[in-house]
Amino acid sequence: MRQSTVDLHSLTIEQAGALLAKREISAVELTRATLERIGATEPQIHSFITVTEEVALAQARAADERRARGETGPLLGIPVGIKDIILTKGIRTTAGSKILGNFVAPYDATVTRKLLDAGAVCVGKTNCDEFAMGSSTENSAFEVTRNPWDHERVPGGSSGGSASAIAARQCLGTLGTDTGGSIRQPAACCGIVGIKPTYGRVSRYGVVAYASSLDQVGPMAKTVSGCTHLLQVIAGHDRSDSTSVNRPVPDYAARLDGSAQGLRIGIPREYFVEGMQPEVEQAVRAAVRILERLGARVSEVSLPHTEYAIPAYYLIATAEASSNLARYDGVRYGLRTAESDGLLAMYQRSRAAGFGTEVKRRIMLGTYALSAGYYDAYYLKAQKVRTLIRRDFEKVFASQDVIVTPTAPTTAFRIGEKTSDPLQMYLSDIFTISVNLAGLPGLSLPCGFDASGLPIGLQIVGRPFEEETVFRAAHAYEQATDWHEKTASSFKLQAASR
Amino acid sequence: MNYEAVIGLEVHAELLTQSKVFCGCSAKFGAPPNQNTCPICLGMPGSLPVLNRRVVEYAVRAGLAAGCRIARYSRWARKNYFYPDLPKGYQISQYELPVCVGGMIDIETDAGSKRVRLTRIHMEEDTGKNIHDAHGDASLVDFNRCGVPLLEIVSEPDIASAQEAGAYLRKLRTLLQYLEICDGNMEEGSFRCDANVSVRPRGTTAFGTKVEVKNMNSFRAVERAIAYEITRQAEVLDSGGRLIQETRHWDPDREVTRPGRTKEFAEDYRYFPDPDLLPLIVSDEWVDTVRRDIPELPDARRQRFVSEYGLPEYDADVLTMRKDVADYYESAVRAYRNPKALSNWVMGDVLRIIRERKLENNLVIHDWPVAPERLAAMVELLDSGEISSKIAKAVFEEMVSTGKTPVQIVAEQGLTQISDEPAILAAIDQVIAAHAGKVAEYRAGKDKLFGFFVGQVMKATQGKANPQKLNELLKAKLSA
Repeated sequence: MRQSTVDLHSLTIEQAGALLAKREISAVELTRATLERIGATEPQIHSFITVTEEVALAQARAADERRARGETGPLLGIPVGIKDIILTKGIRTTAGSKILGNFVAPYDATVTRKLLDAGAVCVGKTNCDEFAMGSSTENSAFEVTRNPWDHERVPGGSSGGSASAIAARQCLGTLGTDTGGSIRQPAACCGIVGIKPTYGRVSRYGVVAYASSLDQVGPMAKTVSGCTHLLQVIAGHDRSDSTSVNRPVPDYAARLDGSAQGLRIGIPREYFVEGMQPEVEQAVRAAVRILERLGARVSEVSLPHTEYAIPAYYLIATAEASSNLARYDGVRYGLRTAESDGLLAMYQRSRAAGFGTEVKRRIMLGTYALSAGYYDAYYLKAQKVRTLIRRDFEKVFASQDVIVTPTAPTTAFRIGEKTSDPLQMYLSDIFTISVNLAGLPGLSLPCGFDASGLPIGLQIVGRPFEEETVFRAAHAYEQATDWHEKTASSFKLQAASR
Repeated sequence: MNYEAVIGLEVHAELLTQSKVFCGCSAKFGAPPNQNTCPICLGMPGSLPVLNRRVVEYAVRAGLAAGCRIARYSRWARKNYFYPDLPKGYQISQYELPVCVGGMIDIETDAGSKRVRLTRIHMEEDTGKNIHDAHGDASLVDFNRCGVPLLEIVSEPDIASAQEAGAYLRKLRTLLQYLEICDGNMEEGSFRCDANVSVRPRGTTAFGTKVEVKNMNSFRAVERAIAYEITRQAEVLDSGGRLIQETRHWDPDREVTRPGRTKEFAEDYRYFPDPDLLPLIVSDEWVDTVRRDIPELPDARRQRFVSEYGLPEYDADVLTMRKDVADYYESAVRAYRNPKALSNWVMGDVLRIIRERKLENNLVIHDWPVAPERLAAMVELLDSGEISSKIAKAVFEEMVSTGKTPVQIVAEQGLTQISDEPAILAAIDQVIAAHAGKVAEYRAGKDKLFGFFVGQVMKATQGKANPQKLNELLKAKLSA
């Protein structure tokens, strides 16, 4: 019994699903194992802002009852973590910010409701950069999340807690959000799989907004298959989100055939830049060769406006953020400083005390970009660049099915290494940001390790609403390799003994 | 110096939709504070707007009726500023691409008829309401109004006097009421007006310094405030002073405009397209559907009242000023066809009651006790000689206060007119017998006393004597 409990938390979603379906384990047992694992590892890792033990056990019992009544489903009884920027009714939802430190969500986000309706068990709310602004989770107002592969390093960000929770086997699946790489970059840093779906594929209702035209919720898990099950549940049209698109959701898991036969892969030359870690380039090139062996046809392609992606992103995203974050004014909810001399002072003091440095920096940048006299030069021009970037992709996708690139230029960096240099931090997302600007689906999965034993991520980008093609390519690669089977502690032991 | 005023008006009209513009909350006025709210109109984290289609329909209706070009592609924009009654820190509005462009309102004043051009009509959400001073030193916010749909109707600076401004507003309000998209209640704030006023030496073309005047809660206030502001600006210029571009508030008690708090910085609303809402695209077919549903508009109705009911222009004007009044009148005429008599009653007693009871809200007279059919029935009793016109006045008041039908009132109170000759003659005989002296004076040539005798006979019959009969018989008796 003890032995099996230890093993349960290491299961993938599909393995656990099979055991639950055969009634070999119960959702309560699985959830207990997960919570024990969280209890044992959380003091070192800090993946969660809030662990919802009682809620999780109640939901697990309900899942077991549903199964007893004959219900089935790949997520029924599966313990998951939800990024703390996604609203969970009755549970504190902070967005990683002091300004929402005591905010208990009055309603469920659509993705939360869909997960719970499917029988998933919420074990906690995962840590993230404040309002999803960051690439290391160091901007969280609450704690610094450690990379399970090396506790001195960051897990990536902003969905760092969602990535580390999977890598540390604290739960089986998580939800993250991705505005410029916030699912894919931490997935790469933590050696797991994460996908940012097409903009409009998943509802944003109930997701604390950072940059509305770029934000998208997506799943993170140990395997491609795990991500398909999560996306299957959260994807689809939502009347509460006008930007969600009314298109049927294909059966993602059914398309995974382990083959890359006939797949046309484009490798953009702009994505192998000077200054990137050589091991990352080597691992990605090796991964492409494997995909070729699996039947894919590989061509070099060009995305000529790539170099303008970061500046365009930091104008559009911050402009939207400056407006989206105006609601945190201390009037109706959230932090309000005690004594204020008048209305203006109340705003100024509450926001000064409630927001962290990076958030303030982005609010100021965005406010500037939208100001009279600068709007055309900054915001409008950035939107034009965005159109050019989108067209770059459209041209490539006329002859390619997917684009394969590194997810990030380096593996996980050291905690504190880039906090004093925002521009260096921004470059962490150099390969992921264009995908958000173009609204495309992008997935990251493990494709190797560097000499320090840190995971390397491979990014696969698809046409709008063709997540199934991205999944198929990723799954084929995953089946042909064993990177995903390595776990943080076991690999570290190997690395240490070498 | 001789100045001319250059005035443009910005009207905010609350739309009569069931629900708010971006959420399902009720848009009704008058609920207990913060009852009509939800995460969306409270600006809770993560909430998103979803457009109420009816709002676009109403905006297009207004645009078509005012001769605007309906934009097939328009866009929502965020207007960013901080204020406690604005929960998101921005107002969802329209900016560079409004739904209606151009258009005009034709007005009539003593100076003749004039066309006031419209710049645009756009949709936006209303804000909540801050409540100060009610709870010690705390200010409270009521978000019931937050998210109620508004049309902002912006005129070109084509208005040249307070009188023209009043005529424009009345015409515009009538139009919106006819379209059944706004109740036009200035006191409750469902029809609000700000004025941009400037003056320039008559005959010149450059614009003077513009002052925005706010806080005008009635047509009268708008007219008074504009008149005041024109005089004030002219006086400043005549005394060699300079005007500053500012916002001034009308003080209705002291009848002056006062400067608002001067801002250190010019307000920069940082408008940008709202990324939470898709561009608004309306098809030609849909616009045609909306056009087909537009009811008869005031000008057409006025002309029809003249031709169909034979009413004088003046009557037609008064009756069609408010759609509910015109509807009321037509229902009455349908029930009993004496258009002129009914017009007199509606223009006189019905409108008087509306004024007295402040039934300013459009469409309210449908609910009051004197249904149009009852007014018609009363006029019919009058025409048939069943009651006298004097009694009719009393019956009308009784209908207003008790809600009974005229037939009921007449029967219950025995108000049927006495036309029966012997009964009237008996009363006349009585009066003549009682006032022998006055009869002698009359017969001696003091004709003025005739009225006295009429009054006495009426008194004796409790006012029920048929006045015409009474006159005839009395005259005959006195001259006998």
